[in-house]
Amino acid sequence: MDIKPEEMIKISNAMPKKSWMETPPDLSDGKFCYPAKAKTLEYLGLPNPRDWSPADEDWKLPENWQQIIHEGFKERLDKYRSLKVFMDVCVRCGACADKCHFYLGSGDPKNMPFLRAELLRSIYRNDFTLAGKLLGKFAGARKMTTTVIKEWFSYLYQCTECRRCSVFCPYGIDTAEITMMGRELLNLIGLNINWIKDPVANCSKTGNHLGIQPQNFKEIVEFFCEDIEEITGVKINPSFNRKGAEVLFVTPSGDAFADPGTYTFMGYLMLFEHIGLDYTLSTYASEGGNFGLFTSSDMMKKLNAKMYHEAERLGVKYIIGGECGHMWRVVNQYMDTMNGPANFLEVPKSPITGTVFENAASTKMIHIAEFTADLIKHNKLKLDPSRNDHLKVTWHDSCNPARAMGILEEPRYVLKSVCNNFHEMPANTIREETFCCGSGAGLNTEEIMEQRLRGGLPRANAVKYVHDKYGVNMLACMCAIDRAALPPLMDYWVPGVEVIGLHELVANALVMDGEIERTTNLRFEDLPGAEGDSDE
Amino acid sequence: MNVNIVLSLVAVVVLGALAFLGGSAPVLQGVFGIMIPYIAFVMFLGGFIWRIMKWAKSPVPFRIPTTCGQQKSLPWIKHAKLENPSSGLGVMGRMALEIFTFRSLFRNTKAEIKGDRISYEWEIWLWLGSLAFHYSFLAVLVRHMRFFLEPVPAAIKFLEAADGFFQIGLPIVMLSGVILFAAAGFLFARRVATPRLRYTSLAADYFPLFLIMAIALSGMFMRYFLRVDIVAVKELTMGLATLSPTIPANIDPFLFVHLFLVCVLFVYFPFSKLMHAGGIFLSPTRNMANNNRAKRHINPWNPDLTFVTYEKYENTFREKMIEAGLPVEKES
Amino acid sequence: MSDKGKIVVGVAIFAALVSFPFWYNTGTAKPAPELIIAPEAKAAGACVLPKDQMAKEHMQLLDGWRNSVVREGQRVYVAESGKQYAMSLSNGCLECHTNKADFCDKCHEYASVNPYCWDCHVNPKEK
Repeated sequence: MDIKPEEMIKISNAMPKKSWMETPPDLSDGKFCYPAKAKTLEYLGLPNPRDWSPADEDWKLPENWQQIIHEGFKERLDKYRSLKVFMDVCVRCGACADKCHFYLGSGDPKNMPFLRAELLRSIYRNDFTLAGKLLGKFAGARKMTTTVIKEWFSYLYQCTECRRCSVFCPYGIDTAEITMMGRELLNLIGLNINWIKDPVANCSKTGNHLGIQPQNFKEIVEFFCEDIEEITGVKINPSFNRKGAEVLFVTPSGDAFADPGTYTFMGYLMLFEHIGLDYTLSTYASEGGNFGLFTSSDMMKKLNAKMYHEAERLGVKYIIGGECGHMWRVVNQYMDTMNGPANFLEVPKSPITGTVFENAASTKMIHIAEFTADLIKHNKLKLDPSRNDHLKVTWHDSCNPARAMGILEEPRYVLKSVCNNFHEMPANTIREETFCCGSGAGLNTEEIMEQRLRGGLPRANAVKYVHDKYGVNMLACMCAIDRAALPPLMDYWVPGVEVIGLHELVANALVMDGEIERTTNLRFEDLPGAEGDSDE
Repeated sequence: MNVNIVLSLVAVVVLGALAFLGGSAPVLQGVFGIMIPYIAFVMFLGGFIWRIMKWAKSPVPFRIPTTCGQQKSLPWIKHAKLENPSSGLGVMGRMALEIFTFRSLFRNTKAEIKGDRISYEWEIWLWLGSLAFHYSFLAVLVRHMRFFLEPVPAAIKFLEAADGFFQIGLPIVMLSGVILFAAAGFLFARRVATPRLRYTSLAADYFPLFLIMAIALSGMFMRYFLRVDIVAVKELTMGLATLSPTIPANIDPFLFVHLFLVCVLFVYFPFSKLMHAGGIFLSPTRNMANNNRAKRHINPWNPDLTFVTYEKYENTFREKMIEAGLPVEKES
Repeated sequence: MSDKGKIVVGVAIFAALVSFPFWYNTGTAKPAPELIIAPEAKAAGACVLPKDQMAKEHMQLLDGWRNSVVREGQRVYVAESGKQYAMSLSNGCLECHTNKADFCDKCHEYASVNPYCWDCHVNPKEK
């Protein structure tokens, strides 16, 4: 990044001279996500596949694109009460404005949630309300033009659907809902981004976003097992696609792919081995995440369908889901409605503690933090939290688990059980008021690094606060996007803070049956004191 | 000067002047005193119901509450029953907090970058201003029922007594009217003084504020300065309420300014952002329980879609799977 | 899922509240009260101020009288005609307007005006 942090944080909140309706979006290099490739769209059977760039003047839209948008808008107004109500009731009180991490980090007025929504509302008024038709601009209406559609593209991909604004809105207007609808509309005329569409295509083909084929998935996990054996002396043989297992475990493929998510995956394996859980992994349902959520409800449903489909085929009793953010938005708020009822499954019951998870009585899928918190509460894990003593940890609530589920205490309970040094970030930046990593909803892509760093500023700044005050050096989270997005964010804004998944911390503290004395953690870093045994 | 402000202000002044001229001409008093109020009432009630039913026509396909607290999960973890309700009762509690106390707005913070820190401060003024505005408006509205009910119920007399508790001036100043005007003024001032709000505010944001301020002002002017013949006013309003309308002889023409502006507000209401009053009840992020995993939510238009089944997947990767020792359904 | 039933109930409650005056008044509506002037008042011929002015400003006048009597000890009011009156509600006004119930209360009640005069003053006829 060419801009230094101390420069980037100087953010002007001055409003432009020109009205926002007359200010075109900045689509210069670095200000947009690369569009989806023609062949990706062709594979997915999506409209208007072509090669183009947002920097081009001509976006090669279908001839009747305005009509397609108009009809698509109408269809969604009829399908979603949320959209209809949210289009009508905003009073522009501005309470949401400085709640958005992109507005805080950029100062761009169109990143204020209510103005982002006005981008759509202005068209809604023009197309669907009498006042808008009669009074035009004075009623806040405007006609759809290529500039407007370019503006939509720019700003609907500057929203991470984190829902922080909706916490503060007196009417609960949820910008995520508006962004999701807007992106669906863009998809109708072939305006999509590669960083979302590629994973979607991969997921359809191989079962996961990263395109890991079955044999590779197995190899990767076996490789983890070799590392685990080297560190702990315990040999693990996880099963794949095994029929008759009690539990199907699904986690985002990001955990299988890159550090530090890989250590979290190792953590799951060690935990399950330790408690003797009868579970299996699937190479087919090998993706917990769901980039369909960032595309369209249809795509979300199609990608999500694999979980129940595979659970039924394997004849498991229930599903445990790994650490992921938007995955849990889908599982908690969409899965059962879209692909249920899962009558072939049973209400999840921990085989170790006997706890019945009534809160998942219908969906039959529980979060691993719920599962582990229950294990620890029942004293079923032997833990040595002092192995994490060299870490000063803070907890990042991921947007979706916090604001679309409310899983706040479970991870904290687990965290406090496995490490001794825990410090919360300031109250306005955690729990339901948590800040996004700046890269969610499919925006974790390199070409918009400045936008991501700006969007991640409020999160990073809160980490910096506890870093300066308590010497916090580890940012714990339970989201695969976080594990990918937060390390560069920390390197830029708060060097010296690393990122860790919850179950990596658990596994480090876990005293497994028959393990050798550990000298390193899962990252093959020496444990404090271990290398200096002779000193003591 | 902002064109949206000027336009809104001019619109309200013109409407007021129109009503004064009309009210001063005896032939038009029937129009302003009888016809327009009835039209306004019908349009308000009809428009309100039309708008709500229009919203209701669209289903709620997914259960998407914004959760603002701990979910209900394990029995030993304290569940935030109101911020993240898991039952209908909890939702009612959450909605009641939202509607009666503006819970979400109460959270409002002000974020500011100071040097290398972003600081967050509790920002209570918008909440306070809105609460004052809405409750004083409610009090004013209910108090005005004395013009439409005969005999006047004790509850309304009690509210009047409470409203004039401090016994300032004669006729006793009703605090609600003053607060309503001041709060509307504050909401306007805030819009103008905050650059990002001034930049984004529409005429539709200023017009209702000016309209309400003009209504409050004209009402107070009649009560404290003109001291219009109140019995004549009630004769007019009771005529309306009993469907036997009359125009009393000694009615003050200025009353028509007040009455007409109220009618404008009534007509404007269902077709404007003021419908947030009804919309809040239908907001899916607030009025739903976060119990998706316990109780299945039905989407009436849930589409049947083809997805990549395991069979298709195995067909694609069968050889590789067999080679890797992964179990398969079909050997070839 | 659409909750249509709940919405209809809500809308019905709303409609009932908004149209409250229409059904509350059914059958009970009373015409505006007629002002009845007592014979004593008729005999006196004129009040301290012209009738129109009295209708609009009697509360200000009485309020002024109260201050004048209580704070300044000045108890005499001189009307435009030069005639002098005692500044007194019970012993002045009500001397002529002997029919408080018809002259004062009817209109006050109709318009839901609750003057606090009677918190202290008494109607001599009611004793």
